[in-house]
Amino acid sequence: MIPILETRGLRKLYPIPHPGGRLRGLVGRRAFSQLFAVDGVDLTILPGEAVGLVGESGCGKSTLARLISRLISPDAGEILLDGAAIQGISPARFAASPLRRRIQMVFQDPTESLNPRFNVFDAIADPARQLLPGIDRHDLARRVERAAAQVGLPPELFRRYPHQLSGGQKARVGIARAMVVEPALLVLDEPTSALDVSVQALVLKLLMALRREAGVAQLFVSHDLNVVRLLCDRIIVMYLGKVVEAGPARQVFQAPRHPYTRALIQAIPRLPGALPPAAGEASERLAGEPRSPIDPDPLACRLHGRCPRETDFCTTHPPELREVAPGQLVRCHFPLDGASP
Amino acid sequence: MKAGMNGQPLLSVTDLTVEFRTRSGRVHALDRVSFDVAPGEILGIVGESGSGKSVTAFSLLGLLGTAARVTAGTAMFGGRDLLRLAPREMNEIRGRDLSIVFQNPRTALNPIRAVGTQIADVLARHDPGSAGEIRAKVLAALRQVRIADPERRSRAFPFELSGGMCQRIGIAMALACSPKLLIADEPTTGLDVTTQAVIMDLFRDQVRDRGGRGGVSAILITHDLALASAYCDRIVVMHAGHVVETAPVAALFDRPRHPYTAKLLRSVPSSVDSIDLLQPIDGALPDLRRDDLPPCRFSERCERHQAICDTEALDQSPAAGHRVLCRLPL
Repeated sequence: MIPILETRGLRKLYPIPHPGGRLRGLVGRRAFSQLFAVDGVDLTILPGEAVGLVGESGCGKSTLARLISRLISPDAGEILLDGAAIQGISPARFAASPLRRRIQMVFQDPTESLNPRFNVFDAIADPARQLLPGIDRHDLARRVERAAAQVGLPPELFRRYPHQLSGGQKARVGIARAMVVEPALLVLDEPTSALDVSVQALVLKLLMALRREAGVAQLFVSHDLNVVRLLCDRIIVMYLGKVVEAGPARQVFQAPRHPYTRALIQAIPRLPGALPPAAGEASERLAGEPRSPIDPDPLACRLHGRCPRETDFCTTHPPELREVAPGQLVRCHFPLDGASP
Repeated sequence: MKAGMNGQPLLSVTDLTVEFRTRSGRVHALDRVSFDVAPGEILGIVGESGSGKSVTAFSLLGLLGTAARVTAGTAMFGGRDLLRLAPREMNEIRGRDLSIVFQNPRTALNPIRAVGTQIADVLARHDPGSAGEIRAKVLAALRQVRIADPERRSRAFPFELSGGMCQRIGIAMALACSPKLLIADEPTTGLDVTTQAVIMDLFRDQVRDRGGRGGVSAILITHDLALASAYCDRIVVMHAGHVVETAPVAALFDRPRHPYTAKLLRSVPSSVDSIDLLQPIDGALPDLRRDDLPPCRFSERCERHQAICDTEALDQSPAAGHRVLCRLPL
């Protein structure tokens, strides 16, 4: 099976001016530091698969989502869409190309991401008008109706504007306008983080139904492992630009092998009687704060300084991703044993 | 650990009713909200957006805007009714006996004053002393919230600190004058989960440690049921301006009595093992501008609804310490 999307060694750096950089530039040293937003990410999404991309703010998950959606260009690495390289196409040209239809995005806050002056019909029709030039009125109406039906939006709402909709309805519009061009991959950037739990449950079930019925693959970017666990086949955990753990969702959630993944899972508050926490010593909190992603030490593990298991070896030998269980990859010299709780 | 409800409550809110006057009509934001806070207790107020949890907090602190009006109710705190204090009296109490940790630490702090100075401001207002004394108290307050190198950090500006660090400052500031009641309004929204865990542990430890010295009670306002269950003794569940259920944490989660609470619990992702078990709540909040709001504001979303629900007097107590606003509780 050809993956819908594959990335190899994907890297995105942002230059940050050095304090006093201009002077240093004069004496021949580079005037910029580099912020390593995404640093060598390999990722594969198969048709119809749901992959969860998890991490805390600043880990590079949104940058990766934007690279994959081709809203920005990488500095190194490859992005293959249906097996063909697309990293060389500029974002503007990609937006106008027929390939744009294959990958669509759903953004974080449905209130912020809808045009307040478009009614529901026009909001959903807009991507189809842009990407299917020459589409006639009847075809367009049929497409909009089908996309609206897929997300459970009744046609009575077509003439309403965003301010006349509830949060759940706006979220549905955001998803319908991505679905209207029949993409093969939906990139969802924190699609439920602005929603109340009761509405979040509704949107999650809707996304699951879309996958089951329309077969659309999903890259679900979220900071919430609990949500990702329910929706995704595989989970990828990022920390400061690098993938630190990847594997089948249930396995990663119940038997994490990377100390960071375990700390992340243990930090999630749990309802009494909910699933037992991940294996390991009673709630272990990560010390301190993430290191700066600007010019990170190339020899040290990115978690160095916060990790409960670190040794001096971790500061001199950068860990590589390696398989520790079938399908489960971990970037750690001293992975956890993965025993069940 | 568990705060008993015997003895005098520290704060007793009864029938708090608040309206907002807007161009499109009167919003019945709170309707007869009642709850107590016992000494040394952490009380959670949980609800979805629009349920009135923040309005409740702001009413107690006298921070409601000019469009709002408290039309009924009392909030007895240390023998005085917070809802009827003159602004001058409220200014005395707020920050000293009653303090708040706001939602977004970055916007709650003054961006152009060093954080240490901002804590000193609070102290100087309520607990004057020499500059040296205040300085020492500021450093002690920072040390208490486990900020390393307080001397240097006290001179930092909010933009130089991380979100988690700013919220530590917020907590230090709220605790600086040793208040009797600390209200935290979504203190960890916008923070990462690992930071949230650290901040909430700190919040709980501060309240518990002071509890021993006849110290502080707290109200934690949050939309996150799991967070409230992990850090509170009792929980008040709000829906559309009503308190629909009040119970100790264990009782609430073992056996929720209000249909809304039960549904809310089943809509939390961490409560289920498969997405097929997750249950959204149908319908939406009623429009609180309506003048014909039913006695039970959940009735239009409730499948247990019957004619008897449309009469007044919904309030019931199915077990000791457990109250529910429902004629047909589960």
